[in-house]
Amino acid sequence: MKEIALIALPLIFAAAAFAWPDERSRPRLLPIVGTLHAVLAFWLLIDPPALAAHAWFGFDPLARAVLPMVSLLFLVCSMYGVTYLQIRAERKNRIFVTALLVMLGLLSLALQAQNLGVLWVAAEATTLVTVPLLHFNGTGRAFEASWKYLLVGGTGIALSLLGSFCLGYASLMGGGDGDLTFSSLNALFIQMTPVKAVLAHPWLVTAWVLLIAGYGTKMGLAPMHTWKPDAYGEAPGIVGALLAGGTTTMAFVAILRVKQVVDAAGGGAMTERTLLAFGLFSMFAAALFLLGTPDYKRMLAYSSVEHMGILTVGAALGGAGLWAALFHVWTNALTKGSMFLSAGNIRRAAGAQTEDKVSGMAWRTPGSARLFIVGLFAVTACPPFGVFFSELQILLAAFKTGNVLAATVFLGCLLFAFFGMTRLVFAIVDGRPRAAARKTHERFPELPGIIVPPLLFLALSLWLGLATPPLLHHVWVAAAKILSPTP
Amino acid sequence: MNLLIGLAMGLNLVALASSRLPSVIRAAAFQGMILGTLPWLLEEDFHWMVVAVGLGTVMVKGFIIPNLLRRALRAANIDREVEPLLGFVPSLLLGAMATVGAAALPNELPLLHGHAQTLLVPGAFATVVCGFILLIARTKAISQVCGYLILENGIYLFGLLLINTTPLLVEAGILLDLTVAIFVIGIIVDRIQREFDTLDTRKLNTLRE
Repeated sequence: MKEIALIALPLIFAAAAFAWPDERSRPRLLPIVGTLHAVLAFWLLIDPPALAAHAWFGFDPLARAVLPMVSLLFLVCSMYGVTYLQIRAERKNRIFVTALLVMLGLLSLALQAQNLGVLWVAAEATTLVTVPLLHFNGTGRAFEASWKYLLVGGTGIALSLLGSFCLGYASLMGGGDGDLTFSSLNALFIQMTPVKAVLAHPWLVTAWVLLIAGYGTKMGLAPMHTWKPDAYGEAPGIVGALLAGGTTTMAFVAILRVKQVVDAAGGGAMTERTLLAFGLFSMFAAALFLLGTPDYKRMLAYSSVEHMGILTVGAALGGAGLWAALFHVWTNALTKGSMFLSAGNIRRAAGAQTEDKVSGMAWRTPGSARLFIVGLFAVTACPPFGVFFSELQILLAAFKTGNVLAATVFLGCLLFAFFGMTRLVFAIVDGRPRAAARKTHERFPELPGIIVPPLLFLALSLWLGLATPPLLHHVWVAAAKILSPTP
Repeated sequence: MNLLIGLAMGLNLVALASSRLPSVIRAAAFQGMILGTLPWLLEEDFHWMVVAVGLGTVMVKGFIIPNLLRRALRAANIDREVEPLLGFVPSLLLGAMATVGAAALPNELPLLHGHAQTLLVPGAFATVVCGFILLIARTKAISQVCGYLILENGIYLFGLLLINTTPLLVEAGILLDLTVAIFVIGIIVDRIQREFDTLDTRKLNTLRE
């Protein structure tokens, strides 16, 4: 019952927000839904329900390992959203608030989906509902970003439908009856006779290639990451935080679920090889772009590509890497949230987002600039923040499984990403403030409502790093064990 | 039925070869209508779900989307030339190669008993690749949308393999049409909001490294 409420509650409130007459009070619905949703999600985390067989969606161990994080992320972002929409009172917020709430509902559905078709429908709908969020600023640049997002994301999601069809056909070849719930697909492929396995194999390979291309596009793995810098660069900070922490997590979970099915059919070596290659290539490409980009909001996008690479490498390493990857899902999303929100503050006060037009923000926006710097160190894995510990676990898993070369490349990419990000962040924070920024800066004062949420994110990141709750650790390990039964 | 799929494959090439936007739209719409009638031919005993899938497809792909596209064409005052990045002859050759390649596919991929004689799989892959070519090799936003539409038709064609076992999943593919609708509505809305010359996607190049 509660798991249905997780999906239905935001959708009902979305309808209410759409009908709400008053522009000024409408954003207050966001934290209300955020709080209710988080209470429900953490309740389910502590007391998980039994999963019905053949159900189309349900709160299974994997959903339990990531959904509370998405809920927490939304809660903090929604607090920020209230003040943000007050500051940006010149833009109408009816569509924006509605789309945010629909997005939360669809993410809850996608993370809980136990059926290949339901998963795809939720992923597709999330793609569509993101478009008005990206277009919030209504500028030509925002139109360009949403167009590219829809074109690249739409093609990706179309490929994943084709991949889902291929996987469905593989199940028919394997003797299935068209039941596309993940549990029955797994059971079917494990019990498949060798003759049928030979017949199903080409379809499984095709399905895996198409699905990793499709959901990898949604996740933003290089070389399918091209929509990311544009979208994150032009969207409001709060949308960036939700995309980088919520939508990408959904795509990662989708890849994990599909991987489980293909592994069950005996494709384990293939899936791990492809994931490792995609992960390391994403990290490498992101590190190169981070060294060169002059734009600090696009920098966050490349950093997100890098962290998606880290997640994928973790998932490729089997059991130990997998639980570390789930740990990293939490630390990365919450830490990155703080950077997106503080970068949004700086962007508004500075009126520009490239290093040649912005400097000296430590004087103009002291609070946000400090948060931005601390966030930078947190996200580039300086102890004692959470990201350090989760990346350390992935690295340990790499050494344990004998992937020394992968671990070396991993560390090298992290180092270059650190160079690239510190270069840009200090160029923006230090130096003499620009005269051009004076006017915009007076229009957007640093209210507590836009400083406290990023601070909260940093506190959460610290908490996850220093005092990882045993319950969460247990939940991640349990999910990893189900996804990859052989250690 | 193979005749109809063959016709749909031919329409891919027509779309690749036409130099005017309305004829590209017409090719995509006609292809969509052909695909919509296929489920009725495929199925011996009439199941209401299958009828609904076919009817919905004909309506959406054959009428609603093309009408929206034509409206966008009028609203945005786009001139009707296609402006290819890749010339017509090379894209036709690529399309033809894809079609031939796709025809050889079933030898590589084993098929279930009832499907081995149909052109469904080759038709689907040929259409997907032709859609891709159209998507990549044209500059105008509208022709990119048509490319997406054809890509999606190919996926639908593939979905017909599964229509008996999982009609709902195939039905869900209609959501892709929603993506197309949003593309087009985006163009119209943007047109109303701002002055913007040609809808040439080459001009969408402010965001880059």
